[in-house]
Amino acid sequence: MIGIFITVAFTISGCLFFNRNKLINYTLLVLFIALLIVFSYVEYNHLNIRELGFFKPDALGVLLLIASCIVSIPVIIHGYRYIEKHNLDETPKSRGVFFGAMVLLISACSVVYLSGHIAVTWIFIEITTLSASTLIYHHRNLRALEGVWKYVFICAISITFVYIGILFLSLSLKDAGIDDMSFASLYANAGKLNPFWLKLAFLFIFTGFTAKLGLVPMYTAGIDAKDKAPAPAGALLASVLMNAGFVSIYRVYAVISRTPLEHWANTIMIIAALLSIFVATVYMTRIKNIKRMFAYSGIEHMGLVMLGLAAGGIGVYAAILHIILHTLIKPTLFLQFNQIYWVYQSKSIYDVGNYFKYNKVGAILLFLAFISATAMPPSGLFISEFLIFQSLFQAHYIIILLVVLILLTMIIWGFGLNIFKLLFTPHPTIDETRIPHISPWESFSQYLLLGLAVYLAYNPPVQFVTLLQAAVKLIK
Amino acid sequence: MTDILLIALAMSLLYISIANRLYTYLTILVFQGFILFGVTYLTLTKISTINLMLIMLETIVFKALAVPLFVNYVIKRNGITREAEPYLPNFVSLIIVTFITVSTIILSSSIKDVNLDKTFFVVALSTIFTGLYLIVTRKKIITHVIGYLIIENGVFVLSLAVGNEMPMLVNLGIMLDIFASVLILGVFFNRIGDLLKDPDIHHLSNLKD
Repeated sequence: MIGIFITVAFTISGCLFFNRNKLINYTLLVLFIALLIVFSYVEYNHLNIRELGFFKPDALGVLLLIASCIVSIPVIIHGYRYIEKHNLDETPKSRGVFFGAMVLLISACSVVYLSGHIAVTWIFIEITTLSASTLIYHHRNLRALEGVWKYVFICAISITFVYIGILFLSLSLKDAGIDDMSFASLYANAGKLNPFWLKLAFLFIFTGFTAKLGLVPMYTAGIDAKDKAPAPAGALLASVLMNAGFVSIYRVYAVISRTPLEHWANTIMIIAALLSIFVATVYMTRIKNIKRMFAYSGIEHMGLVMLGLAAGGIGVYAAILHIILHTLIKPTLFLQFNQIYWVYQSKSIYDVGNYFKYNKVGAILLFLAFISATAMPPSGLFISEFLIFQSLFQAHYIIILLVVLILLTMIIWGFGLNIFKLLFTPHPTIDETRIPHISPWESFSQYLLLGLAVYLAYNPPVQFVTLLQAAVKLIK
Repeated sequence: MTDILLIALAMSLLYISIANRLYTYLTILVFQGFILFGVTYLTLTKISTINLMLIMLETIVFKALAVPLFVNYVIKRNGITREAEPYLPNFVSLIIVTFITVSTIILSSSIKDVNLDKTFFVVALSTIFTGLYLIVTRKKIITHVIGYLIIENGVFVLSLAVGNEMPMLVNLGIMLDIFASVLILGVFFNRIGDLLKDPDIHHLSNLKD
């Protein structure tokens, strides 16, 4: 099925690039959504069966695949709304390129989730860079160019780092006497790998993938990208693409967790996570650009996920739960951003206010999304964040826990300050006659996503828990 | 013979650290491409002939000819001034690059692994770090690209060190070369040139918080 998926998805993407007919364009998109749903269903029923030699749909991969499938549907619908409504200068060509790149990005990430070989992961991560940069450059102005240049350059360096890491990994294999670099073989022979080269490999691979995951040191590219990309594309970059980075790091970490180096790797991850949360705090408390604020919130959550992973125990379960709920919640913020822009024609916090008056349904949703993203109950993230704190406590990282709690409080303060200004503070200079009426249906899919996140956290279905537990078992 | 070529590669790094004109950088890129061609031929003795030809073709056509010619074309077309415009004086650059090389030698001498050819390791690491250093200390966007190409050359040397056992990895490296260079150079640099007359990183500092 993976072979069929790659062929059909890439063909659809290619057709979208070259096709200029509107009707065919949207038919192809519907076709792609159907393909994605069928693919997720089939892979769910083919857990842990190796395909084409290089792919193995393990529990984590299937979970993220289903999550990305759920998110992709509203993102594509909102992409359609964006192209139709937002820009008068959209041409058939720009529409085709936009959707073609979007389909390519979603399918490349889906393949990364199911990859069972580090080289395959690497190749498809390269393809995500290509498609993401096309999305970021959608508006073709100087600022978009700056964003895309920085993104491409940093991603090129990070992908080189990952490649160096793979080379070091191959050196560490020499001791074990194997040359198969699939994850299954690495797991089986983890004990025999040369620890020195494995350490270097982990360092380089981890650093490289942080560009996709959004952690210190390579997080900067992602922020500019999510800021400059159209909001539906930003929603993809903040969820589906970050998950691709997570799954890659998780699998390499799963190798090192089977060796005595586990503790060392945990230290590295905790340092990166703490710095990420710190950076997010610094920017969230002083930021004035709404979209960048959402992007920094993602950095904070990825830091928390890494802390859970490093703390071990229940933390691993919580980390995976956290990243799945984050996949559902973060896109709602980005998708909602379009409506804010339609009302105010600005991203700056100085130009907005009194949103409740102009768009009630959207404002309530934004408020709920704020509660969800800051992990206040009844948000789904509250459960996972609570479990992460519990795991930190159990692992005796008390000081780290305290620091994180203080930083998170500051983030809630900064985030809340901006959101409440947007929602409630009256804005004196705005011309109310120019504000368009926004249909409540524009917010419908976002409500569904938030509701799903709450449902999955408080009343998880049995199949979901089984998959989560199987995903946790990838780490010894 | 391999060692001589590799040491020549390391010496070209010292030269690039004091180079002033963009054309000197390009000449060094061409020179490094030819050295890599030789090293590939001498090192990869155990892989199939077709694969070897593919790799050598990549080094000579892509690294030594196509990319430098294209960068040259971009420089001419956009009328970029010939100075490299480093932030630091050349003498300091020379000292730092020397320091990088010496510290990689010290680092590698602390590794006790019979599987590793130390010369490859030292030259590769010092090339990678010199490339990073060039990116950090030069003002023009085009010198950033050249710095990245030098990093790629270093990575290629590293991949040759394991190339006989795992030719797949060398092929992956070639993919990286072609993919990243085409993406960086082909698609975007053209457009940066169209929008900005004298591409300098100061023009690209609007996105910030």
